[in-house]
Amino acid sequence: QPPSITLHVPEGSESDGQEPSPDNERALHTSFHQLILEQSSLIEAGLELEMQERARESPAYLAVPEACATAWPEPRQGEEHPRHSSASLQILASMPSRTIGRSLGAVISQYCNRTARLRRQSSRPPLQQLCRAARPRALSLLWARDRQAVSRRRRLLVKELLSLSPSQCSHMLLTMPLSLAEKRILRRQLSGQRGPVRQRAHGWAPVSPCAWSRVCVGLGCRGLWYRLLSLLRAAQPGHYALKQIGGRFGSSVLSYFLFLKTLLMLNFFSFFILLAFVVVLQAVYPSASVSSQPFSGLELLTGAGHFTHSLLYYGYYSNATLNDPCTSTPEGSVCPLPAPLLPYNLPLAYLFSVGASFLVTCILLVYSVSRSFRESVKSSTGDLAIKVFCAWDFKVIQRRSVKLQCENICTQLKELLAERRSRSRSQSRLGQGLVLLLAWLLALGWVSGCVLAVHYLLEHMHVVSAASQGSGRWQQEAIQMVLPLVVSLLNALVPHLFNLLAMWEKQDSPVTQVSVAIFRNLILKVVILSLLCYHWLSRSVICSTEECWETCVGQELYRFMVMDFIFTLLDTLFGELIWRLILEKRLKTKQRPEFDIARNVLELIYGQTLTWLGVLFAPLLPAVQMLKLLLLFYIKKTSLLRNCQSPSKPWQASRMSTVFITLLCFPSFLGAAAFLSYTIWSVQPSETCGPFRGLETIYKSGKRWVLVLEKSNPNITWFAWVYQHLLENTCLLFFTSVALIAVIYFNIQVVRGHQRVICLLQEQIANEGEDKLFLMQKLRSVYEQRGRRC
Amino acid sequence: MGNKQTIFTDEQLDAYQDCTFFTRKEILRLHGRYYEMAPNVVPMDYTKDPDVKLPMQLIINMPELKENPFKERIVSSFSEDGEGSLSFNDFVDMFSVLSEMAPRELKAIYAFKIYDFNTDNFICKADLEKTLNKLTKEELTEEEITLVCEKVIEEADMDGDGKLGFADFENMISKAPDFLSTFHIRI
Repeated sequence: QPPSITLHVPEGSESDGQEPSPDNERALHTSFHQLILEQSSLIEAGLELEMQERARESPAYLAVPEACATAWPEPRQGEEHPRHSSASLQILASMPSRTIGRSLGAVISQYCNRTARLRRQSSRPPLQQLCRAARPRALSLLWARDRQAVSRRRRLLVKELLSLSPSQCSHMLLTMPLSLAEKRILRRQLSGQRGPVRQRAHGWAPVSPCAWSRVCVGLGCRGLWYRLLSLLRAAQPGHYALKQIGGRFGSSVLSYFLFLKTLLMLNFFSFFILLAFVVVLQAVYPSASVSSQPFSGLELLTGAGHFTHSLLYYGYYSNATLNDPCTSTPEGSVCPLPAPLLPYNLPLAYLFSVGASFLVTCILLVYSVSRSFRESVKSSTGDLAIKVFCAWDFKVIQRRSVKLQCENICTQLKELLAERRSRSRSQSRLGQGLVLLLAWLLALGWVSGCVLAVHYLLEHMHVVSAASQGSGRWQQEAIQMVLPLVVSLLNALVPHLFNLLAMWEKQDSPVTQVSVAIFRNLILKVVILSLLCYHWLSRSVICSTEECWETCVGQELYRFMVMDFIFTLLDTLFGELIWRLILEKRLKTKQRPEFDIARNVLELIYGQTLTWLGVLFAPLLPAVQMLKLLLLFYIKKTSLLRNCQSPSKPWQASRMSTVFITLLCFPSFLGAAAFLSYTIWSVQPSETCGPFRGLETIYKSGKRWVLVLEKSNPNITWFAWVYQHLLENTCLLFFTSVALIAVIYFNIQVVRGHQRVICLLQEQIANEGEDKLFLMQKLRSVYEQRGRRC
Repeated sequence: MGNKQTIFTDEQLDAYQDCTFFTRKEILRLHGRYYEMAPNVVPMDYTKDPDVKLPMQLIINMPELKENPFKERIVSSFSEDGEGSLSFNDFVDMFSVLSEMAPRELKAIYAFKIYDFNTDNFICKADLEKTLNKLTKEELTEEEITLVCEKVIEEADMDGDGKLGFADFENMISKAPDFLSTFHIRI
């Protein structure tokens, strides 16, 4: 006979009549106390069964069979029907899915389950890190308030954590949503349990030497890692500066400075590789150089003069083995001195260092792109909800900026609402389209105009410099600076014209406006740079008279970089400082100039492209770029804090960071890599200077080395064979492309499958919700019937 | 590394490094910030783990939190005693979760706690209205607020109970690219 249980619902357990909180579990449990006592005996019986069935699996006895847990809403209890439907509300409030993250016991058991599952799956790594909101089992709620039970669950969790690998364990510890005090208790218990393992291993013969040494090594490594991490973070420049900027201007302007730091890091790695393997060694074994001119200050601007025959440029580097004492003897004669033990072949080192620095840059860029892509996949639905919950930038701490942010969010919400309300578009679609077309034609026309101007200037400069061969040094230098000056001037002025065009166009959404502006600027810069690259490599107009054309090209690139820096400074000065003064003093408005993020980022990308184009011709160019970036950081920061106001346009900072880094990767890096590859494969180096003098192409030096290797040591013919048949064969490229395409297709299909599964699961969730409502109504009706019958 | 500090034992600092996303230096800096809020109450020597709590009024006057409309909610979500006062552990925990290294899931859990004004483990319409009022400093009209609340619940609620549970909230957050960078306070 089923036990009779009175269902006594406490009245007014909530002060303001809102829904009962699961925090108030004590009230809940005293009301259902009888019921629980009866049920727990049943559950224990169920547990026994469970344990017998699944004896192999360790503490999974927490998994109460669902049938048992849902058995008790059967209509066999309750002589008294509940006076209010608050009883059903309390049941709802106490359901497992509603108490996630609330009670300590629930969280601990949730993570216990998760750890157990992780351990069971540890042989195969999880395919994706989806957060499974694991439902804590019904049992855990009953024991939530019992202190003994909490410590028992804690011990279980510690046991589970110990069975994980140290890295997984520490990751678990970091990501658990428990309070810090609780985590420290757990950690203490963890290390307490690990301690005896070590002691045991001391006393005994190695019980599990691998495990013990692994733990020791793991702990030692972790200590080292923390030290390294704090050192790295201390060494990063401008932590306080970034905080200031983020606090006043928010994440969008901050993304510019973070991008600058990324570029600094990339340049540092390139520079370090080149420094270690090429520059330092050439400095230690200086080549017999032509007598150079004395140093005058102009070199810093033009890169010529004293710098021409220095470590800065390609022409200085020797083409022989560095520490070979025979290099100074003439060709053909026998060298009496023995060959060195570790010959250092500089041409090879030069080629491989440049290749390695590009490879490292490529890897770092691809990693950054993939990381930011993951974070910024745009979803079409849920705009409004995302705007409400994720739009507030917690970094902003200044009162004025906070006020501005409130206004921004208000405006955006109103816009989104207006969009939703009226889908009908305004009039004259045709007129709008015509205006757009005209604007694009105009923009492209300007770009072609600039390109033609640069082209004619090149020809003209060639003629002028040929005519002024005999005149003074100052004049010659000035002529050399004209081309960089004009290009930088065009790059600085035309974007402002594009802005005017955009104002005339009046695009609907600000995001489109910004994207269009970026795209037009990009086209301008890409086209001008392509023209210049063509001229540098064909040497029909530029550097046509020089013997050492690589040094000449290197100098051109150096001049371009310096001019770019000067114009950035001027732009900051005029665009921000003087404009603010004009606005304040003359026009007497409170408004200040805005920091144009897109334009500044494109300038950074342009400067970086110049560096990458010039690495082969001037190995120290990354160092120059690093210096330039450091100066830019502090100058821009000062100007920003003094002169500018926060942007009024809404900016999705993370999406923009993705766009920036993608722009850096694709047109910029890929273009530079293509330029470099073409130079190495097809262009003949100059006869009289540099590490590759006299060869057909730079690539042939690698080939020559392989042949020399083959001749000297017949044991490694396999290497030569590999080189010839794999690296030089185009079939390999074909097969790799096919494999890559297959992998991409596979990934696309997997993603599509996932999307389908997501749709199905969403339907299922909606159905479950309806099921629950149905059950609650049924329950209420059954109670009411019972009540009426009694 | 210099072992000159006497605020924490080495073991304590290691524990802090393992359980939060901060390094030694940052933890010592945090202690400095905690201390300067109430130099009479907070001891310099934390080796014995003293039980000292600072009330909410002091914490919400920190420059990082002063202008934040959700400052009271943030502090009470990390407070263990239910009244909004933070011990040093809670203080470090708060900034650790809000730092840039905390993973998305952890941040989502605490963001949910923050936006849940009546702590009933749901974000219901009343919670949403309060959130909106705080976000826009009451610039929106009543009608607009109601409309926005309705649309938000329509978009994010998956099981049809008219409120956002944690699963709904987390699902919506996973589609938001900006969440990690906006839910971040630099200390």
